Formats: sequence, C-alpha cells, structure tokens
Amino acid sequence: MVRAEPPVTSRPTARQLRLVRRGGQGPGRLVMRYLVVAYVGVLVLVPVLLVGWHTFEHGLSPVWHALTDPDVEHAFEITGIASAISVVLNLVFGVGVSLLLVRSRFFGRRLLSLLIDLPLSVSPVVAGLALILVYGSNGWFGTTLEGWGFQVIYALPGIVLATMFVSLPLVVREVVPVLEEVGIEQEQAATTLGATGRQTFLRITLPSIKWAVAYGVVLALARALGEFGAVKVVTAGGVAGSTQTVTSLVEQRYGNFDQLTAYAASFVLAAIAVLCLVVITIIRPKERR
Amino acid sequence: MGISVRNINRNFGDFAALTNVSLDIQSGNLTALLGPSGGGKSTLLRIIAGLDHPDSGVVEIDGRDVTWLRPQQRNIGFVFQHYAAFKHLNVYRNVAFGLEIRKRPKAEIKARVHELLELVHLEQFADRLPSQLSGGQRQRMALARALAVEPKVLLLDEPFGALDTKVRRELREWLRRLHDEVHVTTVFVTHDQEEALEVSDEIVVVNEGRVEQVGTPDQLYDQPVNEFVMGFLGPVTTLGGSLIRPHDIDVHDAPVDGAVEARITKLLRVGFEVRVDAEVGAESVAVQLTRGQADGLGIVDGKTIWLRPSAGASSGGPGLTTASKATPNDDL
Repeated sequence: MVRAEPPVTSRPTARQLRLVRRGGQGPGRLVMRYLVVAYVGVLVLVPVLLVGWHTFEHGLSPVWHALTDPDVEHAFEITGIASAISVVLNLVFGVGVSLLLVRSRFFGRRLLSLLIDLPLSVSPVVAGLALILVYGSNGWFGTTLEGWGFQVIYALPGIVLATMFVSLPLVVREVVPVLEEVGIEQEQAATTLGATGRQTFLRITLPSIKWAVAYGVVLALARALGEFGAVKVVTAGGVAGSTQTVTSLVEQRYGNFDQLTAYAASFVLAAIAVLCLVVITIIRPKERR
Repeated sequence: MGISVRNINRNFGDFAALTNVSLDIQSGNLTALLGPSGGGKSTLLRIIAGLDHPDSGVVEIDGRDVTWLRPQQRNIGFVFQHYAAFKHLNVYRNVAFGLEIRKRPKAEIKARVHELLELVHLEQFADRLPSQLSGGQRQRMALARALAVEPKVLLLDEPFGALDTKVRRELREWLRRLHDEVHVTTVFVTHDQEEALEVSDEIVVVNEGRVEQVGTPDQLYDQPVNEFVMGFLGPVTTLGGSLIRPHDIDVHDAPVDGAVEARITKLLRVGFEVRVDAEVGAESVAVQLTRGQADGLGIVDGKTIWLRPSAGASSGGPGLTTASKATPNDDL
C-alpha cells in the first residue's frame, strides 16, 4: 500500500512576509520614508495648520467680525468674479485647444503647445508687466480700448486677464494626455454610426475626458483664487473696496498689523483650495480603472 | 450593385498605399481583403468606409457615388480591430447608439437592441460595461452595434486580430453563420489566409497597394495567377524547378515513372502531420505527409525516397517556375 506523503509545506517567517509584502525593508527605506514625511510636514502641513490655529486663537466671533468687514467682503467678491470668469473661459478654451493639439496636425502645433506652457515657467510679475505694456494707458492696444471708454489695467478686466494668464495651462495639461490615451477610434465608430461632429463630441469625447476636465478646472480654480503677483502688478497693489483681491488684501492687512484679518482671509482661501482637492480626490478614483 | 471601386490612388507622403485599384464586390457576398501587413488592404477598407479619402478615383456603394461623402452619410457599419467600444456606455447603450442618433422611438430601439443582443448571444450582458466583457464578447457587441442601423455594407478591419486563436476560430465560424442569416454585403480585412479561405465567398488578394487576384477560395488556392498569390494562400516548395504545394507531392519508397530520387535531410512531426525536408541533387524540397503515410513508408532521417507531383496538383500555371521568382518566399 502506498502511504500518503505528508503535504510539503513551508511557512514563511513573519520577517520574510514583511520583506516580500513591502518590497524590501532595509533601514535606508525607513529613513527615506520618515524624511519624506518630515519634508512635506515642514513645508506644507505645519504652515497651513498654523494659519488655522492663529485664525481661531481667540474664538470664532473676532474671525466673523474680520470677515464681514466691507473691504474684505468686496475683496472676496472681486476674487470670486475674476476666478469664475477666468475658470469658465479657460475651461472652454482649454478643451478646444486640447482637441486641436491632439486631433489635428498643423504647422506651428508644437510652438502652440510650448506657448500654452509658458505661464507655468514665466514669473507672474513678468506676466503682469507684459499685460500693462499691451493694455495700459500708453500701451500697444490699451490706448485704443480707452478711446472706447474701456479700461483694462487698474480695473476688473485687468484682474481677469492676469488670472486667466496664470491658470491657462492647467486644463490643457490635464486633458491632453487623457485625449491621447482615449484615442480616435471611439469617435470614428460614432461617425460611422451616423453621429455628426457635435453629437460625437457631446456623447463620446466629452464623457471620456470629463474627469480630466473636472480636475483641470479645480486646479485652475485653486490657482486663480491664490493668484497674487500678476494681479498685484496690473492693479498696482489694488485699492481697498475697489480693485483689491483677497491675496492683495492679506498682504496689505498683514503689513498694517491687522493680522487677524490677514489670517482669517488666508484661512478661507486655504480652506476652499483644500475642499476643492478633497472633493476631486473623492470622486476621481472611481473613474480610474 | 454592391461596392464598386474605380482607379483608386492613395499616397501617404512618398509611400504609395494604393496604386490604381479597381474592384467590384458583389452585393450580399462575404468578401475577404487578404494580404500582408502594410499592403494597403486596411487603407482600401477605410476609403470604402469614408474614414480616409483617395487622392483620385471613385467609390460607389449600391450605384451611388460616395467618394466624397462623410462616413455618417454612407449607411455603413464598421467594426474595428480593437473594438472601439464606447467605454462609458453599457452594452445596451453601445448597441442603441446609432438608433438614438437617428432619434428612433424608444420602444423600437428597445425591441431592435434586444433582437440584436440575442443574435450575438449577449442578452444577459446588456447592463455590463465593455470593461466587464472578454475580447470576443466586446467584438460581438461591436458587431451588433454596427448592424443596429441596418447598414448597406458591413466593413470589418481585422475583426479577430486582437483575439486568441481559439476565440478567433469560434468567432469566424460564427461570423459565417451570422452572414448567412443577415445577408448584408460584408467586407473584412485579414492577413490570415486560413481565415479568408474558411469564411469568405470571395477573396481579394492585395499586396503592395495593388490587387493581385480576385476569386473564390478554391480558384485562388488551385489556380493562383502568380507566385505571390500561391505563396500567400498556402505553403509552397519547388520540385524540378516548378512551384508546388508540399502536400501535392507523392512519396514512394521505390523508383516509379516520372519520380526523382531524393534523400531525407530532416523530419518534423507536428500533431497529425509530418514535415519532410529532402534533397534532390542541389534542390531542397519540402514535403507534407500525414502520420499514417509516413509510418506506412517507414520514413526515417537519411532514407532515400522518390518524389513525384500528385495527379491534380494545384500549380501556379506554366509561368510559375523558380526562374520567374520575383520575390523570395520564406513561407516554408
């Protein structure tokens, strides 16, 4: 009779398991991990938390009082309007340019791609200065516009332009890679099934890029809300209650020893930005397969 | 009627994808465009579909000049190699897409989609997303989607190219049966001669931007007009300077009339078949036998045998000798 052999087993030790599952564990890796956490903590987490702490140091009511100051309310209004306009325009323009960059081949395509990226590398202060040269009272185009009674620099249109400039690449840079990955075959299939260009865009293209668009919009919004340099130049620092944005207000109040208002406004800005990112992080992974 | 292509030229830069191609495809037929990669067959199909346009020439579908019509105006169905499934829509909505575009009543769409899903055996998957289907299922969905709009012609670009061998084989049999039920004029592109021979009513051999030969599978296999067609449709070897198929050679273990003496240099058993390489003087001949034949002859490496073309062997015609070889053939 053949006796059944006992099954051959080999149980890994706890240490072996740890090594395999975590993919190498030496002390170097541990040090690396804590270094990264510390780096991000010192650079990002601690400063943001401190803003929150300083804001609510003396409770809620002084914060409320500071935020309901007419000049502060007006600054939020200006920032809100400028951000909304620039985000909407950049959304439409960004999707259009992305389609152009990915779906068509034309002379100067790479140059266009390069120009779209320019706002990421050029200092916002330089951008603001450039806008003054074009649209300012003695500017290349501004003289004509002022002749028609339309003031750009030192007014809301200038703020919108500056905000648009800095947030220009964000939608495009999110959408282009997704468009490239999705490819053209689904659109061609829709065409062979009788869909017009508009139907194909609305029913096929847009649904496949919607999360990239949403992410680009959130990034653009966060960038627009926080814009400081270019806006400061085109508004000459801003006039309280008129052309002052929230970031300019924070800088001015902090310089004038009204630190509570500066902290409170900063906190609101940071909270909105964090909220945007949290929302997008929650809804996005579902789409990622 | 059917599809008519007249004097089509298409260049991509310096590369001539199609040179003066003319072709008539019978209405109701299942036609294969067969040829090597880069030979222009996909370009021809895309021009028929309107996804590409010729530099010159005319495309007619059912007698109507469609050369400069957009794809959506041609009343065609197109199936892509990589399915082109609408990833964000479930199977039902994918199939319903063309009907929704045409604003058909909801009840009609529902009835038609269910009928088609039944036809492609996907009824129980109507609510799934394409990502939850296998490759073969996705391709069947793509076929149902293309058929939903009742196209005049159905065009398939390497429809089974991305699938594994077993699924390919099932799907190609299934396509044949489907075509027998639906009877829509169908053109499919393939580089697999077995697929073309097995499925189609008619084969168009396309190579280097030209049509080499058009005919039924039997015509092409038995009477190829040139060496390329002969070589592309099946294995070829040379015996006495003429091209011949390896399975069309009779093997004898003793001298017979008209046979040449040869020495076996290599033996390879692949499943049911035995591949023999033999030397006739300086000429190397490939012979294909069944296992039974090989065992009966007692074939072993180094043995001397006698070879003769079998009666009724398909040949490339009088012109097809090694001397006329235009391109080297490495199919065997």
